[in-house]
Amino acid sequence: MAYRLMQGDEACAEGAIAAGCRFFAGYPITPATDISEVLARRLPQVGGKFIQMEDEIASMAAVIGASVGGAKAMTATSGPGFSLMQENIGYAAMAEIPCVVVDVQRAGPSTGLPTNPSQGDVMQARWGTHGDHPIIVLSPSSVRETFDLTVRAFNMAEKYRTPVILLMDEMIGHLREKVELPPPEKIEIVERVSTSVPPEWYKAYENTPSDVPPMISFGEGYRYHITGLFHDERGFPTQRLDEIDPWIARVFRKIERNLRDILIYETELVEDAEVVVIAYGATARSARHAVKQARQRGDRVGFLRLSTIWPFPERKVEEVAERIHSVIVPEMNLGQLALEVERVVGRRKVIRVCKANGEMVEPREILEAIEGAGRWL
Amino acid sequence: MGERYEIRLAGTGGQGMILAGIILAEAAILDGKNVTQTQSYGPEARGGASRSEVVLCDEEIDYPKVIQADVLLCMSQEACDSYFHDLKQHGLLIVDSDNVERTPTSRALGVPLARWAEEATGRQITASVVALGFLTGLTGIISRASMEAAVKARAPKGTAEINLKALAMGFEQAERFLKSRRG
Repeated sequence: MAYRLMQGDEACAEGAIAAGCRFFAGYPITPATDISEVLARRLPQVGGKFIQMEDEIASMAAVIGASVGGAKAMTATSGPGFSLMQENIGYAAMAEIPCVVVDVQRAGPSTGLPTNPSQGDVMQARWGTHGDHPIIVLSPSSVRETFDLTVRAFNMAEKYRTPVILLMDEMIGHLREKVELPPPEKIEIVERVSTSVPPEWYKAYENTPSDVPPMISFGEGYRYHITGLFHDERGFPTQRLDEIDPWIARVFRKIERNLRDILIYETELVEDAEVVVIAYGATARSARHAVKQARQRGDRVGFLRLSTIWPFPERKVEEVAERIHSVIVPEMNLGQLALEVERVVGRRKVIRVCKANGEMVEPREILEAIEGAGRWL
Repeated sequence: MGERYEIRLAGTGGQGMILAGIILAEAAILDGKNVTQTQSYGPEARGGASRSEVVLCDEEIDYPKVIQADVLLCMSQEACDSYFHDLKQHGLLIVDSDNVERTPTSRALGVPLARWAEEATGRQITASVVALGFLTGLTGIISRASMEAAVKARAPKGTAEINLKALAMGFEQAERFLKSRRG
């Protein structure tokens, strides 16, 4: 396949198609609209359905319905719409419905700065819906990675029966760069686990050895119940602790025991580093630029780029932090993932480089933080 | 780190600055370069400051935006006032003298882009394509063949011919300028 100029949002849409997404419901919002535009054209070409809904609440509901009907389903939005989707994201978490929710972050709160980037939804992606629940959040830092992580988001959603959030930002969503997409035969596609038990034996929320119950689509002749209430193995509401506690334990366990598959990150130059920069999303581009410049100057700086931000890759961060004195965390917010870093690195100095005004964190600012880190020795 | 070459195209929403950036970027890919293209604009569809940036490099590009522009094209007074400070010390500043009255430095290259567009195609809207021809002709950063292919591929239906005319006008003016410099 040849090189071409591609936008991040377009790569997300193409990644969805490649992953087998055949249903999209959404409501337009900058800077995520480009994803809808591409899918409105592309989905009908591959036998899929595109629906523009009346709002984001309905969009998320439609996505859940489509997934229960057997389709790989996705929606895409930005801050204000992501806020509206939260209740139904919780429903998907409770009912264990595979789906992908894309949030192309723009500066907020409220309508904020529609055309400017932000990473202000990091905590919302984790805790936006109420109640304790596991969630997977992936954050790409290039156009090519947006394609790859969209595929991975679908794979994880289907494999673990969970909503997955693809947390993009306006910079990556609107960025165009030279990319070469992988040929279809090189892309791993995961399908949800089904079962061949007869309908009368099927339990939609059975405790299986894998902790992920097989999922049968509505309309295939199997009767079961879906609810946002705590439920028993057949999906009917329950208040019995011997049914509630195992459910809670199982949904967390199914994520925790698969961290090796779920956590995606990349380290560079950490072996001899004294300072490490930890970054994700568009800010990782500024960080890598700064780290390379600092290395040329002779500073012993390393780089950890996180593609999975939730569950937070705490073991990796801990390991990287072991032999260094300072960690630098640049973010386009006032320090959201930095809180997690601080939680796991013990007494090491955590230097935040924060910006929440709709502008990118510039390499120069990270470089200054690297210099500053050296002075504290 | 390889040498980055940074171009910023600035004007008013509706002048075609973002499309011009896309064309430059696609032409750069045809030339085998790595490229990123970003933009910055307000919530409005027309009017308001609009800018498009293109970074070229033979190696992988980390930071995708302009740090200090090698070339700055200004199609409006507001753009010129706002973005001049990010130009490299010996960077090239091209302004559309039909739209920019006050230039911040005597080294600015003022050229009548709107008038050249009018002359070449009868349509002022093609000034951005004239500018692309002039800019690449002057700097040689992208080959003429790649620019022509990229303009052709991106021109709205039925407008390939007039856009190629606009591009040719830009290249001719660049040649004329370079000749006059050589004396």
